[in-house]
Amino acid sequence: MISAFFIFNQKGEVLISRLYRTDFKRSIADVFRIQVVSNSDVRSPIITLGSTSFFHVRINSLYVVAVTKNNANAALVFEFCYRFINICKSYFGKIDEESVKNNFVLIYELIDEINDFGYPQNSEIDTLKSYITTESIVSTAFAAEESSKITAQATGATSWRRPDVKYKKNEAFVDVVETVNLSMSAKGTVLRADVDGHIQMRAYLSGTPECKFGLNDKLVIDKSQQGGSDAVELDDCRFHQCVRLNDFDATRTISFIPPDGEFELMKYRSTSNVKLPLRVIPTVTEIGTTQVSYTVTVKANFNNKLAATNVVLRIPTPLNTTAVDCQVANGKAKYVPGENVVVWKLPRLQGGQECTLSAAADLTSTTHRQVWARPPIDVDFQVLMFTASGLIVRFLKVFEKSNYSSIKWVRYLTKASGSYQIRF
Amino acid sequence: MAAPGQDAKLFQRGKIEEFRAELHAAETKDKKFVKRKTVLKKIVANITMGNDMSPLFTDVVQCLGTPLLEIKKMVYLFLVSYGRSKPEQIHLVIPNFLQDCNDRNPLIRALAIRTMSYIPIPVVKDALNENLRHCLKDRDPYVRKTAAICVAKLYAADPRRAEKSGFVEMLRDLMLDSNATVVANAVAALSEIGDRQDGVIFKLNLATANKLLAALPESSEWGQVYILDSLLRYVPERHADAEVMAERIIVQLQHANSAVVLTTIKALLYLMNYMENRRLIDYICKKMGPPLVTLLSSGPEVQYVALRNILLIIQRRPAVLKNDVKVFFCKYNDPIYVKLAKLEIMYRLARAENANEVLAELQEYASEVDIDFVRKAVRSIGRLAIKVEDASDTCIQALLGLIETKVSYVVQEAIIVIKDIFRRYPGKYEGVIPTLCQNLDALDEPEAKAAMIWILGQFANRIDNADELLDDLLYTFLEESNEVQLALLTASVKLFIYKSKSDKSDKAKELVYKVLKWATEEVDNPDLRDRGFMYWRLLAINPTVAGEIVLAEKPPITTDSDRMDRGALDQLLLHTGTLGSIYHKTFIRGATGKALKDSPALNPHSRAALVPVARLQLPPTAVNVSGPGPTESHQLGATEDPVAPPLLDAAVSKPTPPIPTEDSENGDDASDDGAEGADEGRANRDPYANLDGAFGNYLADQPRPMNAGGRQGDDDDLLF
Repeated sequence: MISAFFIFNQKGEVLISRLYRTDFKRSIADVFRIQVVSNSDVRSPIITLGSTSFFHVRINSLYVVAVTKNNANAALVFEFCYRFINICKSYFGKIDEESVKNNFVLIYELIDEINDFGYPQNSEIDTLKSYITTESIVSTAFAAEESSKITAQATGATSWRRPDVKYKKNEAFVDVVETVNLSMSAKGTVLRADVDGHIQMRAYLSGTPECKFGLNDKLVIDKSQQGGSDAVELDDCRFHQCVRLNDFDATRTISFIPPDGEFELMKYRSTSNVKLPLRVIPTVTEIGTTQVSYTVTVKANFNNKLAATNVVLRIPTPLNTTAVDCQVANGKAKYVPGENVVVWKLPRLQGGQECTLSAAADLTSTTHRQVWARPPIDVDFQVLMFTASGLIVRFLKVFEKSNYSSIKWVRYLTKASGSYQIRF
Repeated sequence: MAAPGQDAKLFQRGKIEEFRAELHAAETKDKKFVKRKTVLKKIVANITMGNDMSPLFTDVVQCLGTPLLEIKKMVYLFLVSYGRSKPEQIHLVIPNFLQDCNDRNPLIRALAIRTMSYIPIPVVKDALNENLRHCLKDRDPYVRKTAAICVAKLYAADPRRAEKSGFVEMLRDLMLDSNATVVANAVAALSEIGDRQDGVIFKLNLATANKLLAALPESSEWGQVYILDSLLRYVPERHADAEVMAERIIVQLQHANSAVVLTTIKALLYLMNYMENRRLIDYICKKMGPPLVTLLSSGPEVQYVALRNILLIIQRRPAVLKNDVKVFFCKYNDPIYVKLAKLEIMYRLARAENANEVLAELQEYASEVDIDFVRKAVRSIGRLAIKVEDASDTCIQALLGLIETKVSYVVQEAIIVIKDIFRRYPGKYEGVIPTLCQNLDALDEPEAKAAMIWILGQFANRIDNADELLDDLLYTFLEESNEVQLALLTASVKLFIYKSKSDKSDKAKELVYKVLKWATEEVDNPDLRDRGFMYWRLLAINPTVAGEIVLAEKPPITTDSDRMDRGALDQLLLHTGTLGSIYHKTFIRGATGKALKDSPALNPHSRAALVPVARLQLPPTAVNVSGPGPTESHQLGATEDPVAPPLLDAAVSKPTPPIPTEDSENGDDASDDGAEGADEGRANRDPYANLDGAFGNYLADQPRPMNAGGRQGDDDDLLF
């Protein structure tokens, strides 16, 4: 299990240091600094030296590090680091050097609570917030009864929810967010196209609501014999701790008591019938050794009532490019020498619309001419009210013993960031 | 803390005396204890920075009198940091600890024992003992779950004392607690104790295992990991027991936490060894695929863990992910460790049906920036040619295309793999030799050089100017690395044998004489000298027979070699999700060995491959698989196979065994439960079979030293 937990800043200074076990001295931090922080070519998130292993996750120029001395469960160690990061984000709004330094005492309290002797313990944010707070608590005033409620919740079957939640207006917001991964070959064939989706929920519901959630999942629809051409095939689903997995396995119903506030209800993956929102057709020709000409067309392949926003195409240029002359009718295009790309930004692209960039890159002659690796064109975008997988939320039912009525909102978003790649 | 996020200014170095003065000043006129809080925060910051704050012990301890929980926690943190180094002063805080252990507030009780058990010195342990006993039976589950971990801490510090106090038995009772969190922590503590060399043995029977499973749905995600992990301590006696249990846990594959998913997979893989129901096994394999793929949308670190595990799982259960090669295609911006891990899986999943897609990807990778990745991609192309016969033509074309790029490391890597392709498909691709020869000057790495020299020697009869090329290479013989020297020696002998009847025999004779003389007189390396002597004598005694031996038909190579043997795999899979599964070693320092346990329900094939846990004491290389592509030093040795005494055959060169008659690729599906590679037989016959390279391949590489006792002078007479 985890023997020690550290946070380092970019310079390798220790911001948090907690040794859970006596098998290390604090000086073990120096080893990490030398091996990882000051090493420009770190090729693994796990470094093992002798019997000591360092697991690290980088976030906003911080290193979140767990050290172990045995054959630790690597997945658990990384999940713990991820969870810690999420808790910090929830407590402080962000995680970076400033927020860690501003809250270091609180972080010590937290990491002692969510990890005991290297074993991760209850780390449900909602519960933690009920007793690890930023307000001063006087020991005696902190009523024993109150504490008993907290401990019951922290160790209970619904450790993620307090029982006494009250709202005047009961609302639930569901965000279906899909990330499209595309890899298209230079010939225009789709090498892989799949969707990583997650359903984010914000539940502002009183009491202990029992929720049932339905999707147009093919397996469900086939079972209920309603037929339906809009059924979506999900390759796999993963659920938040609150979802009853046995129910899902038996009847494909997603039933749960939600945590209060925001949480990720489920993640899913779909690989069949992925609707690609943007089509990119690049023509890139190397003219001799001194010039490369580009014609890149991007087409919005969805209903013309919808629009893609924040469309950014990153079009690679050879390393020895000196200048690029870009011409676009829509948006703005600019050559960024530091990254060897032409960045073409389109604030908005209506469904069915088509835009073209033409550019010419001038190259310097180099003595040692290496073949240009031609990295893929990368496209980032967002399309609201569109799902690339075709997934639709069919219902969200809320049952509570006080029988209040609740309002539910559903939003859909399909996006790509760094994973929508077209080779040329 | 007045408001969140204001402490950064306190995060700076300070002096002991200043802090002491500030603490004293705070004893009077400290409204709401703000002053003390501020000083304590500064002290905590300095502990973090590694400044020794222990001289402040008595001053800090004074603060325990304040009723603020926050101050108490900071003082306790101070005690955890310095308590062990101040055994003579710790008695000052014992009364506070004892008071807290009996506080009405369960959070305070838990905090007290949690802190005390972090300070394992006799005074504290004495004080803790009775209180821990009470806390293990506390009415509040939060206190009990904290107490369970305290037992593990106490056991780590003083096992005998923990046993004498009866804490281990109390932990066993906690496994049947009504609260799932308590159960999970008790299991975690017992597992840790059971993993110690000197620990109490922790096994589960069916009844207890079922009780634990009942607690599973109500446990926290971490608790689920501890419980699922402990199932490996249960040995099913009947097939049905294993099958029912697998059906109960399979739903956990849908959990959002990747540690839960991987630990579930570990438990399922383990239980499958004890199953009989073929359909259920197939069903489980089918169910495992999608969750494994979904792990690839987690953060890159978890992706890496998943990929390394997938590589093992698909070797043991090829049905999992059989048709999913596309999801392992690399994204341009994947971190390098993810890319390298994906590459190995792509190669493993490549078959005739998807070979073209895989090849197209590999070609794409061969033009990327990271040298290591590019090399592995090129090597994978060659391995693909060897693995999938239908794809070999296109692979060779791809490799020739890459050689044309003239990028030094690409060319070298391509030549290394082409050498293997020649051996896999004799007589098919020798037409490309002239192209290779053109790139001779570009080679500066020993492995590539040795490969090219091997080609020169092996096909000296087809290369008109082989003698000239070899002569050029020999100029630097004495400066070359060992690998290259060995290759040059063998190639010269081959050349001589080929050319002995042609008009160029004189030149060849001159060359071989030169090399033999260097090898036996100038070089210190015993391997090279021995090989030199051996050739020398062979040639001297009977050149014709020498020709037959040196140029004997070579067993074509296959890709079977890069499979791990079944016993080692079974053992590695017991470590799914752990560090061991990432390094593909069961021998992680400080880790407890795990082995499948025999039982009436154990599948006969698993039993045949059983590796007793004692094996783990072997050198760390016991199970060790190289990346795509055999290591060339083996290859080099293997070319000499026919020369090696027959006695060594069994142990010789794992990477390139002769094609086995039935265990080839197609054998997979036929093999009972779909395990790849069925080398149990060999593993059993040869006790050192999985030592693989522990002896620097000496056995494989080299013939035995001769017993002639002759000195060099004698040998001179024997020449020709």
